[in-house]
Amino acid sequence: MRIVVPVKYVPDIQSDRAFEDCRLVRDPSEGTLNELDEHAVEAALSIIESLDDDARAASDVVVVTMAGPDADAAVRKTYQMGVDRGVRISDEGLEGSDYAGTARTLAAAVRRLGDETPVDLVITGMAALDGLGSVVPVYLAAELGLPQLTNASELDVDTAARTARVTRDLGHVHEVLEAPLPAVVSVSDHANQPRYPNFKLIMAARKKPVEEWSLADLDVAAETVGESGARTRTSRAEPRPPRPEAEIVVDKGEGGTALADFLIRNELV
Amino acid sequence: MTNRTVLVLLDTPATALRSPALEILTLARSLGRVEAVVTESPSVQTLAQLGSHGVELVRQAELPSTLGESAHLSTTVAQVLAAAVRAADADAVLLTSNFVTKEIAARVAHDLDAGLVVDAATLVEGPDGRLVAGKRVLAGSWDTECEITTDVSVVTVRSNAVVPATVDQPVETTVEGFAVDVAAGAVTVVERTVEEIDDAGRPELAEAGSVVVGGRGTDGDFGPVEEFASSIGAAVGATRDVVFEGWFDQFVGQTGVTVTPRLYVGAGVSGAPHHRGGMQASQVVVAVNNDPECPLFEIADFAVVGDLADVLPQAAAAIRAHKES
Ligand SMILES: Cc1cc2nc3c(=O)[nH]c(=O)nc-3n(C[C@H](O)[C@H](O)[C@H](O)COP(=O)(O)OP(=O)(O)OC[C@H]3O[C@@H](n4cnc5c(N)ncnc54)[C@H](O)[C@@H]3O)c2cc1C
Ligand SMILES: Nc1ncnc2c1ncn2[C@@H]1O[C@H](COP(=O)(O)O)[C@@H](O)[C@H]1O
Repeated sequence: MRIVVPVKYVPDIQSDRAFEDCRLVRDPSEGTLNELDEHAVEAALSIIESLDDDARAASDVVVVTMAGPDADAAVRKTYQMGVDRGVRISDEGLEGSDYAGTARTLAAAVRRLGDETPVDLVITGMAALDGLGSVVPVYLAAELGLPQLTNASELDVDTAARTARVTRDLGHVHEVLEAPLPAVVSVSDHANQPRYPNFKLIMAARKKPVEEWSLADLDVAAETVGESGARTRTSRAEPRPPRPEAEIVVDKGEGGTALADFLIRNELV
Repeated sequence: MTNRTVLVLLDTPATALRSPALEILTLARSLGRVEAVVTESPSVQTLAQLGSHGVELVRQAELPSTLGESAHLSTTVAQVLAAAVRAADADAVLLTSNFVTKEIAARVAHDLDAGLVVDAATLVEGPDGRLVAGKRVLAGSWDTECEITTDVSVVTVRSNAVVPATVDQPVETTVEGFAVDVAAGAVTVVERTVEEIDDAGRPELAEAGSVVVGGRGTDGDFGPVEEFASSIGAAVGATRDVVFEGWFDQFVGQTGVTVTPRLYVGAGVSGAPHHRGGMQASQVVVAVNNDPECPLFEIADFAVVGDLADVLPQAAAAIRAHKES
């Protein structure tokens, strides 16, 4: 079976993130694989590992990322976990893409990979930690015309029956959903514990190439992606003024009273 | 006011509308004529609420009964909304903001080729008549504005961004059915349970005006957190670590619930970036921590360096005494 995992290269959440000309600054020294996508990679690898030897030998996990060349660092990180193949889609014509454009491009890449070998599952993370949209998986399922099983806290794939079953707990609703393969699944950070890279794979990942595709390699109309295809445009981006320093009280027996006074004084109770 | 038609999806019409829905009705009214969309019969209470928010028309989807539980799938609700947009010739669709509504919004935006903004805090008409959504991003450190360039706009609005307000002259609200032909899709609902919201108890975490979060510093004892939360009428939440420990069931943060209350109190919470991403837009931030170097202090307005097991009960007692006086 073939599983495609779209992964995103994002600025490290611990770094000082910023905008320039209304676009998120992607400083290569501060970039990383979106942590939540590690759960998607883990889910894909463990499904393949559950197969018998023959099926396993005929299976692969392919990650796809839409980004500039710096994103190879994110792809390499997935190689260290055991991913077989990585594709980076880079093209000037993709700059300024919104969710729809991103999903359209990723869908075209999935179709191309499917032309080689049928794709059984597309597994994404629940959100990219830069924009926190949680919507690309939905667009992707719609673009591919596949069932969507999103925000899974548990994922079970029955490779014999060719079905995927997910459990999701969203607010006050608990759901178990099932769909035939192929399907698009997004997994939450509850779905599994991503493995640590293994030493042998770390060494191998250094030399393992990342395939590069451009728009010309994909069946997607150029005017429907990038800035020209975008339906939203960031028109302003401003840093928030720094917060004034906190009023700090050291508890010497009166800390709780001081807290109560603060709340009462500011009409917060 | 323009001649825009704005559709608002109501998620709990069968009971009563909760604050986030009233907030988006209020926001929608500033943009044009508002119509509500529902997939189940609105209660008498909901109709009264709609009337006092100036909504004259509710479009109720009539779905094939064969759909069963699939009627609740995001893809189904998205088809309902898309049909309502066409029927009403609407210009904008507003939804509350949570994982489910974001899914519905994305699907409807896809199907209508409409621009989408999720988690907006503001929505206004820009200089050229297009809608411009404002939101706070990167863990609350930047404010951005996003212009929607399509004829139809789809926007999810985070809670507590707007103060709900009724109209001076309540109107008569009528419900109009419209048939939506939704075919059962490939997804089967194997199981679905909805937990009733108990309004007599604590406010809902995602919509509360005050939130108290207990972190690992509670060491599993949520007694002081609960007691303090009760004294100020706040909702209770936790950090992800606490939920993974099994000490509490709901956590605040980038992968949990996003909260934007007037008051956030974090007790025994270090203030990791993942946690901050889900609370940093709170108006007033208070931290209680025995480590004076804890990162949450960096974004706090008021902080107590101390043991939460001492500080919280004392504060709760002082607040109760104040309320009784
Ligand atoms: C992909 C990913 C997503 C994540 N998403 C989230 C998320 O959405 N939400 C979230 O919360 N976390 C999330 N996390 C986890 C996050 O990074 C932190 O690990 C977590 O928030 C820390 O929880 P904590 O503050 O309770 O614990 P700690 O960091 O251990 O902090 C405990 C604090 O309690 C203080 N303390 C100890 N004893 C006392 C006492 N008696 N009185 C007062 N203070 C005391 C300590 O000084 C310390 O500051 C995520 C992590 C990852 C990798
Ligand atoms: N540019 C991208 N390239 C590859 N995958 C992406 C990209 N953007 C989003 N994704 C995938 O979609 C998921 C959700 O992203 P988002 O909807 O942006 O929060 C991520 O966890 C990734 O799996």
